Amino acid sequence: MWDYTDKVLELFYDPKNQGAIEETGEAGVKVATGEVGSIACGDALRLHLKVEEATDKILDARFQTFGCTSAIASSSALTEMVKGLTLDEALGVTNKEIADYLGGLPEAKMHCSVMGQEALEAAIYNYRGIPLEAHDDEEGVLICSCFGITDAKIKKAVAQNNLFSAEQVTNYVKAGGGCGSCLTKIDDIIREVKQEAANKNLHSYKAKAKAEIPSSEQKRPLTTVQKIALIQKVLDEEVRPVLIADGGDVELYDVEGDKIQVILKGACGSCSSSTATLKIAIEARLRDRISKEIIVEAV
Amino acid sequence: MQNNCIYLDNNATTKIDPQVVEAMMPYLTDYYANPSSMHTFGGQLGKAVKKAREQVAALLGAEESEIVFTSCGTEGDNAAIHAALLAQPEKRHIITSQVEHPAVLNVCKQLESKGYQVTYLSVNAKGQIDLSELEASLTGNTALVTVMYANNETGTIFPIEEIGAMVKEYGALFHVDAVQAVGKVPLNMKTSTIDMLTISGHKIHAPKGIGALYVRRGVRFRPLLVGGHQERGRRGGTENVPGIIALGKAAELELLHLEEVTQRLTKLRDRLEQSLLSKIPDCEVNGDAKNRLPNTTNIGFKYIEGEAILLSLNKYGICASSGSACTSGSLEPSHVLRAMGLPYTTLHGSIRFSLSRYTTEAEIDQVIAVMPEIVDRLRALSPFKNDNADWLQQQSMVSSH
Repeated sequence: MWDYTDKVLELFYDPKNQGAIEETGEAGVKVATGEVGSIACGDALRLHLKVEEATDKILDARFQTFGCTSAIASSSALTEMVKGLTLDEALGVTNKEIADYLGGLPEAKMHCSVMGQEALEAAIYNYRGIPLEAHDDEEGVLICSCFGITDAKIKKAVAQNNLFSAEQVTNYVKAGGGCGSCLTKIDDIIREVKQEAANKNLHSYKAKAKAEIPSSEQKRPLTTVQKIALIQKVLDEEVRPVLIADGGDVELYDVEGDKIQVILKGACGSCSSSTATLKIAIEARLRDRISKEIIVEAV
Repeated sequence: MQNNCIYLDNNATTKIDPQVVEAMMPYLTDYYANPSSMHTFGGQLGKAVKKAREQVAALLGAEESEIVFTSCGTEGDNAAIHAALLAQPEKRHIITSQVEHPAVLNVCKQLESKGYQVTYLSVNAKGQIDLSELEASLTGNTALVTVMYANNETGTIFPIEEIGAMVKEYGALFHVDAVQAVGKVPLNMKTSTIDMLTISGHKIHAPKGIGALYVRRGVRFRPLLVGGHQERGRRGGTENVPGIIALGKAAELELLHLEEVTQRLTKLRDRLEQSLLSKIPDCEVNGDAKNRLPNTTNIGFKYIEGEAILLSLNKYGICASSGSACTSGSLEPSHVLRAMGLPYTTLHGSIRFSLSRYTTEAEIDQVIAVMPEIVDRLRALSPFKNDNADWLQQQSMVSSH
């Protein structure tokens, strides 16, 4: 049996905002619907939004859901969350926020929260007259033919939920849950997203570093103690947060002149891109901050 | 822990009969010797094991020497397939069906990767195989035909003896997984074409962790678990004496109750089924209504999802199960119902009620009382109301692989 939170059960047994919103012809108000899923996939959601045209505000939200306990609870949670938001604000709602609202979902049921987020997006795009298909196909290469999942959808789920395994991707968007033949492709997509994120982080840190911390050229030679303290500071403030977010970590082990030894921990220790992490995320950063001569080694 | 529920999930597992507990108890406490030992203490246990073997043999209409105790149904299936292939190393073809239990299906898939050729017989909408497809698949190279006696999800019973007659014509071995059928249909190995037959204790009111494999005298057998000379060299490992005693007692009780239980359960099951079908629109029975286990009904409730039904039933303390994707932990609905080609509208909303000799009239009444309301409530939540929704047609191709 699934381990559902009390909130999930509450919204399943006694859901809020179930049903449809009919267009009444009321002036200044428009009803938009968004549909995702299908009966073949085992879950489907039709979301109805009542929007005040002048302000873009969601006056009412209702759902109709075919699906399991957590699909029904996620739909109900979504309607509660978006009421009163503007459409732009609503577009910012992530599947993770839906899951959090429910006090969490079992990992294998995360796709229910993703379905909620997608229905919301579909309803808003419908309202704005943007064809959803075109949006989906932007970079949409079909990856999972069993469930009809594109790389764009997988990338989004990986980035938003910080996923690091194909199994997690299956739990979130179902891709790979049928015949399983696309699992290696999913692994490649995860690696790609992580690499992009790492590059982006590096750029933003570089920019930030220029603005905030005086770069190494302007500094007097450091004493060994100062150097160790500075290395530790850079690691703690700039490197570790990024690694921890990816399920890894790093610890300063020893400093010998310009040779710095670190211990890669958690996911970093076993990650296939640990060399890249070492060189890009750690060594480049320390060279930038402290000295161009620095060499970082993992022990 | 909750245990006062209305338990209609007996194809998953059953309550241990108190008489079985009583019979096995001394073997968990006082009689702990090894039945293979030479001393009197051990010898007594050897005799008790022999008696249990006779009890199991009696239920199957077999000889005591034809019974091999195992740890579970899965072991029995694995051992039988393994033995059949080792006994005929020159033959490289296996026939099974698409609706088998994973204990057979996944072994066959593994054997395919080792170079065996496997035919997975298809089934029709009732879950029945086509005998002409079987006949067309049989060749002189076929080592084994392994099919289930009755399906765990739908209760559909295969025409075992007709299958067996064809198998014998081609000189192949015939293994039957009778885990669900034993105790619910009369079995007589003396007049059967079956060479090997798997049973499991916990489906017939014995504890988990004990099962048996019938091996017809004269069938060449090689053990799966290679070790000591236990079970006449057909299964190494010190005997699970308490489990064996329990299985023996459970088998005795099954035989004792067989006729009366079959009649009573058929009546109860039919009442449950007919009441639900008449009170609830848009639902249908999955499986072969004519050739079916007396205790099983599998009903597809359209436009709603099985897990949501189960959780709703759970609120009333009613235990059942579903073939929907969301209950399996995988994303695909039951392979059995899919093989039957059922529409997705029924597939995801299928619920199995499986009864036992402990099931009462009052319990069935309670299910009949609450089920219409549960289905109504979930259908009110569902965006699907009929088969015509264009939404359904559009996406029906998805996951049709």
